[in-house]
Amino acid sequence: MIEVIWLLPLAPAVAGLAGLLVPLRRRRAATALGLTGIGVALVSSLILAVAGTTASARRVLADFGDIVVEANLIAEPVAAYVAVAVTVVAWLVQLYSTAYLRDDERYVPYAAQVSLFTAAMLLVVTADDLILLLVGWEVMGACSYLLIGHDRRLREAPTAAVKAFLVTRVGDVGLLLGIVVLGVHFGTFNITALLLAIPLADPGVLLAAGLPILAGAIGKSAQFPLHTWLPDAMAGPTPVSALIHAATMVAAGAYLLYRLLPLFTSDLLGLVLAMIAAVTMVTAALAALASDDLKRVLAWSTVSQVAFMFAGIAVAAGDAAMFHLLSHAAFKALLFLGAGAVIHMVASNAMFRMGGLRRGAPVTFWTMTLGFAALAGLPPLSGFWSKEGILAAAAAADTSAGTIVLWAGIVTVGITAAYATRAWLRTFFADRRSPARPHDPGPAMWIPLVVLSVPTVLLGAAGFVGPVAVVELHVWPTVPVLAVAALGAGGMWWRWRANPAVDPVTGRAAAFAADGFGFDGVQDRLVTRPLRGLARAVRRGDTGLVDGAVEGVGRSTSAMAALVAQAHTAGVPRHLLSALAGVAVIVLVGLAAYWGGFA
Amino acid sequence: MSSFPFLSALIVVPLIGALVTAAVPKGKPRQAKFIALGFSLAVLVIAAIVTIQFDTGASGLQFNEHYSWVPDWGLNLAFGVDGIALVMVALTALLTPIVIGASWNDADNEKRNVPTFFALLLVLQATMIGTFIASNVLLFYIFFEVMLVPMYFLIGSYGGARRQYAAVKFFLYSLLGGMVLLAALIGLWVASGGVLDWQALVDGEPLDTGLQNWLFLGFFAAFAIKAPFFPFHTWLPDAGGAAPAGVAALLVGVMDKIGTFAILRYCLPLFPDASKTFAPLAIALALVGVIYGALVAIGQTDLRRLVAYTSIAHFGFIGVGIFAFTTQSGTGAVLYMVNHGLATGLLFIVVGMLAARRGSSAIADFGGAGKALPLLAGTFFIAGLASLALPGTAPFVSEFLVMLGTFSVNKPVAVISVVGIILAAAYVMWMYQRTMQGTVNPKLVELPAMRKDLNVREKLVVAPLVVGILVLGVYPQPVLDIINPAVESTLGFVGVTDPAPTVPTADSVVTGDN
Repeated sequence: MIEVIWLLPLAPAVAGLAGLLVPLRRRRAATALGLTGIGVALVSSLILAVAGTTASARRVLADFGDIVVEANLIAEPVAAYVAVAVTVVAWLVQLYSTAYLRDDERYVPYAAQVSLFTAAMLLVVTADDLILLLVGWEVMGACSYLLIGHDRRLREAPTAAVKAFLVTRVGDVGLLLGIVVLGVHFGTFNITALLLAIPLADPGVLLAAGLPILAGAIGKSAQFPLHTWLPDAMAGPTPVSALIHAATMVAAGAYLLYRLLPLFTSDLLGLVLAMIAAVTMVTAALAALASDDLKRVLAWSTVSQVAFMFAGIAVAAGDAAMFHLLSHAAFKALLFLGAGAVIHMVASNAMFRMGGLRRGAPVTFWTMTLGFAALAGLPPLSGFWSKEGILAAAAAADTSAGTIVLWAGIVTVGITAAYATRAWLRTFFADRRSPARPHDPGPAMWIPLVVLSVPTVLLGAAGFVGPVAVVELHVWPTVPVLAVAALGAGGMWWRWRANPAVDPVTGRAAAFAADGFGFDGVQDRLVTRPLRGLARAVRRGDTGLVDGAVEGVGRSTSAMAALVAQAHTAGVPRHLLSALAGVAVIVLVGLAAYWGGFA
Repeated sequence: MSSFPFLSALIVVPLIGALVTAAVPKGKPRQAKFIALGFSLAVLVIAAIVTIQFDTGASGLQFNEHYSWVPDWGLNLAFGVDGIALVMVALTALLTPIVIGASWNDADNEKRNVPTFFALLLVLQATMIGTFIASNVLLFYIFFEVMLVPMYFLIGSYGGARRQYAAVKFFLYSLLGGMVLLAALIGLWVASGGVLDWQALVDGEPLDTGLQNWLFLGFFAAFAIKAPFFPFHTWLPDAGGAAPAGVAALLVGVMDKIGTFAILRYCLPLFPDASKTFAPLAIALALVGVIYGALVAIGQTDLRRLVAYTSIAHFGFIGVGIFAFTTQSGTGAVLYMVNHGLATGLLFIVVGMLAARRGSSAIADFGGAGKALPLLAGTFFIAGLASLALPGTAPFVSEFLVMLGTFSVNKPVAVISVVGIILAAAYVMWMYQRTMQGTVNPKLVELPAMRKDLNVREKLVVAPLVVGILVLGVYPQPVLDIINPAVESTLGFVGVTDPAPTVPTADSVVTGDN
């Protein structure tokens, strides 16, 4: 029973590795492997979730002297729920991809990479050892890299993939460093043991470990200032965006913080987290409000929503943060997969090419409507309850972190309602702006939409009846939150109604916001270009100075050899002669050194 | 333990193989190739037997053999391996048949002598193994110098552009190090009263501190050139860039490690006080190398030179691990030597396959090459991930151990070395992007060779390395078991103990609560 936990990472991992060996033409074999591997993991995670107890299993992998690394998995109830969310979305994405990538000649390795990614994510979810977690964490990054760069026709895809890898890697070395600090101070990498030891530890050590680990979470979750990679990562196929860059991997940063929650309960770290979350959620929501690319709207929205999870951690409301992770996974995967259906219809990501798509595509329209409503926080959909949980915890927390998070959250709820409304109206209403005929996709693509709309609607109820009871209704801050959301959505509708053919958000400020407030350029000027320049300079220095000195010695030696040895031939013998002459000198020096040592 | 002289066999078998291979007429290259491959596989079998019979519980040298040669000079044919030497022997025995397979057609063109090429590879193998298993300092020195000769001819006669220049530079630079080593060796011989047996030296009275300092510097200079550490590294990019891909894999994968191996075997136990005195200097050089090598690698325009510079960065990590003087960092350094042999060996071999197809190893000559070569690109990607020490690949384990051990005694060094990890991601990813991804370089389309993905021989060559990288990445314990006692006894000579965790035992907390 407990042993099924091994199937979580192993079944998709085996399917993924086997899938890499499948010839490119055998699409069906690839599909079968992908669906089976993740399916087995899905059933296993359901068993663990229904059992509702904490399952754990261990095997020794490496003995580092004082510290042992074990293959050590654990699934407490929340982890089991996250595993269910990951496997459900991953399974649906595999199904969806069979149709979405119907004409893609590299579908076979793609399906294998999705399986490998799922295995890595499940390893992160279930690992009870920090090294194991780090392995999953980085393999996820590598899979993400491959999948972003999947589409060879997109000129920007390789650059986006490299950017994603490098920017997250900057945060990842923080995680590595934090793990080293914990390992050196506590003598173990076992998370359960660490969680027991942390409350007794010196605050300085916790800060030294917490800050770099926080950097790792920020990188993976695309939070300010390491958020620049996520909008570009939309170059990946849309189902991949749904799985990796919305529902699972990007939320893994929040999950990591949740797993190590006692590390982040100090006032200082809470404040740092709150400020990062506040800046990220507001600016990313503004960028989502201004962007015309439907996938980028959803990407910025993901950044903003994951910031809510960080905010939950900042006020030590771990369960509320995880509840938002689950509800976000459902509605954001739904929105991305729906966006994929829309993009298939109009062959463009741009919303100025969409419009009027609600007729003829009822499944896409209604499921995405539910997704947008949940994102906007319309009660009684899931998004309302999960945001409510975090903001209520922030209101209850009597800390400055709580205050920051609460007000930033209320502002963000308003902007979120506005951009969700805008995207919904621009996509489905007014007149069509492209010649394409609206149509619903085939069953492989619409079934996932329908399945995902169930938790999008009902997950709020699970918050009342489930074992993780996090939802309680409060007048404060629920009433202002609802008011702000209504204001945002209504205001957007009001602006749009004046002229439905035009984008209600335009202007120079909007363009600046859609561009991520120019932060990309700052990063390029401050980091990328100086680094490349430094590399060129050091290379020139290496050839000119370091090697130049060597060459100089070589040339003068040769010249001396020419003087010393009158008769000489080319190549090695000449140099040998000069070297042998050197030997005599050096032997003398060595002997002198010896006698000198005794003197 | 068996009385069969396994260690001598590890030298004699490849030497016989070299003679047989060299005797094959020039007109029958295929025969020579298979003979060489057969002998290298025989060496692999012997190495496997030694590894299996090796007692991981015991410390000190095992499989000892002793034959008198020139007793007056203190020179004996004395062999013995500890865990460190054993893993290096195993690495050499594994890489040689792979390199023979990878170099199968490298010597074919022009008027080059094919049997000689493979004979030289076997001589190189014998001499490199000799440096690892010699337990007499003078015998070690002889192998250390003689191995330059086959390498010189392999680069100078069978290399690419500027091979003569690169070979001479390699030879002279190494010889310079060897001369300094010889001088120090003579000093040691005089000081020890003619004793050059390693075991006798470490069992004897420690040398006077002032003398230790001088002798340490002599030994260390030679090994720092061999490794190479910054700023003695400039011969490596030239040699690695000009050598045939397989030879470059052996050069960087094994021969360079003789430098770091020898530091562990000779510098630390023979001159413990001096090692402690100069450790800050060595760590500084290594740390500069970590960042410097990575920066220069980012700026490279040629694949082979780029890989050579990445190795300089990796040797920096090994150096930090050795001179941090903790069991973890030392074990990490030795494991790094093995893992780096696998990862960089694979990287050099894959780059060689690319260069053989393209006729050039300049990065600008590629671009979008992965589209027509999915398997080759995939292997290149895995090699790259291993080179940047991605968790899940073998080099991560060693890099992490080095970091962990270093952090416990010297936090600033560990934190600074993190910069090298980020830079590693940059050079690997930018290299892969510029060569394999993006729009296809129009010139590649015209080359039929650039559409031929890995053939059966090439798959057989890369498969063991890929498997090794992935398996050791997840389950390094068997290798750690071999390395650990040897590192502990080496550090015992230096007389350092590991710092304890600041919180006594977290495990006691756990058990207390459960």
